[in-house]
Amino acid sequence: MKDIHQFLCSPAESTHRHGPHDRIVMSSRVRLARNLRDFSFPGWAKKTERVKILETIQPAVSALPQMADSFCEAMDNFTALDKQILVERHLISREHAAKSSGSGLVLDRAEAFCVLINEEDHLRMQALRPGFQIREAWAAIDELDSALEKKLAYAFDNELGYLTACPTNLGTGIRVSAMLHLPGLVLAEQINPIIQSVNKLGLAVRGLYGEGTEALGNVFQVSNQMTLGESEIFIVERLEKVLGQIIEHEENARQKLLESKPRVIYNHIGRSYGILANAHLISSKETMNQLSFLRLGVDLDLFPGTNRALVDELFLITQPAHLQKQVSDKLSAEERDQLRADMVRERLKTVSRPATK
Amino acid sequence: MQCCVCKEKPATVHLTQIVGEKMQKLDLCEACAKAKGINDPTSFAMADLMLGLGASQELDPSPGTAEIKCSRCGFSQADFKKSGRLGCPECYRTFAEGLAGLLKTMHKGTRHVGKAPESLRKSRETGDRLKLLQKKLNKAIEVEDFETAAVLRDEIKGLSNPAAAKAR
Repeated sequence: MKDIHQFLCSPAESTHRHGPHDRIVMSSRVRLARNLRDFSFPGWAKKTERVKILETIQPAVSALPQMADSFCEAMDNFTALDKQILVERHLISREHAAKSSGSGLVLDRAEAFCVLINEEDHLRMQALRPGFQIREAWAAIDELDSALEKKLAYAFDNELGYLTACPTNLGTGIRVSAMLHLPGLVLAEQINPIIQSVNKLGLAVRGLYGEGTEALGNVFQVSNQMTLGESEIFIVERLEKVLGQIIEHEENARQKLLESKPRVIYNHIGRSYGILANAHLISSKETMNQLSFLRLGVDLDLFPGTNRALVDELFLITQPAHLQKQVSDKLSAEERDQLRADMVRERLKTVSRPATK
Repeated sequence: MQCCVCKEKPATVHLTQIVGEKMQKLDLCEACAKAKGINDPTSFAMADLMLGLGASQELDPSPGTAEIKCSRCGFSQADFKKSGRLGCPECYRTFAEGLAGLLKTMHKGTRHVGKAPESLRKSRETGDRLKLLQKKLNKAIEVEDFETAAVLRDEIKGLSNPAAAKAR
């Protein structure tokens, strides 16, 4: 098979992609779930049926103009480490990483489209965009889907819409989501009321949390939950409105903290810089949390000459699989903590201490 | 803090998920976290992890009927209880009765609004139009407006059988 690592953008390249509001919105994504009319869903289909589904869908997807330059492979041809790297890149789901024969992946070179075959549904197609671009992502995936429906017989019901393996995705099969970096709201202790009001609108807020109530790396993912009874564009527009409000709240929280409690902000950023620039052992969780404040420091111009992409790249390459990929021997958790600390110290050599007034 | 799965090793992975107004927390050791496949912050769903601990959904039991099985794929209600997923597209018809209640609690509505495959869009629009005309027709008959009713009846005939309408 082709080497996925020669195909994937380097972490440095991938973090240099820019989009509107990318200070706060790290990425936007719209995913559609589709199934073929004449086959069982992947979780129930026997292996021979799954292979047949893969063989039906994969050529149809690869032949799309959007996928002219794409990486196309069956999941059983990936090593566990490579699958994990794709998970850390947010290109495939954990569930898809666990799949092997009868499942596949088609990824375009710009990493703007990623189609998972035989995950929970026969087709999970996603459009990915840097920054706040959910409307653009929807337009892109809508076009891809319309081209694909001419070649594949979708399972569709006049009452229920697109039929999906899990009833929670029924109807439009759409999931619109954005990844948000919200250190200001966390520091200002406004994040919980925000999460609650977002939940009340029927939207989900997810994240891998640390101890207490703070999110790991202060990164949150906001997405719609309901898919039946509302049109795609209605869902996109509502999310757009809510995300716009969250961005505004985050900017306000940062501004207000700088005015009323500058010492608190400088303290967090200074300490994070101190730890990252000097640690000799550091866990993945601590790295993410400290990098979050470094990122905030870059946003607030406390590290003149330092690009946010440096922080975002560290976010990615300090994660376990990316770290493991750099060395040939299998690392233990402690060895990973060493290597991670060495790498972060090295990268931060060129970054001077925060320029606080 | 101890791992809440093996209750032996110290917990180093801490998860919190907020769904609605409920917050759930889990503390796991590295080995158990790995075994549960938790390493991706974005696609993690606690419900998946807790599945089997009582988080799965259930179809409304249809009273008096024995175990229903999908005639096309052999999927049963018990299978749905286990996985929370259906077997094939046809299952939506097979289990329509039991699903109706579930869909009501899950979604904004019970009827699809939005995109449809172009090949089916026409029949979908025709279906919608027919329903509307039928409603109008019933109303017209109710108020004994037979003139309007006749026009509506012809339109319905034409829509449901375009070939016959043309031949006329």
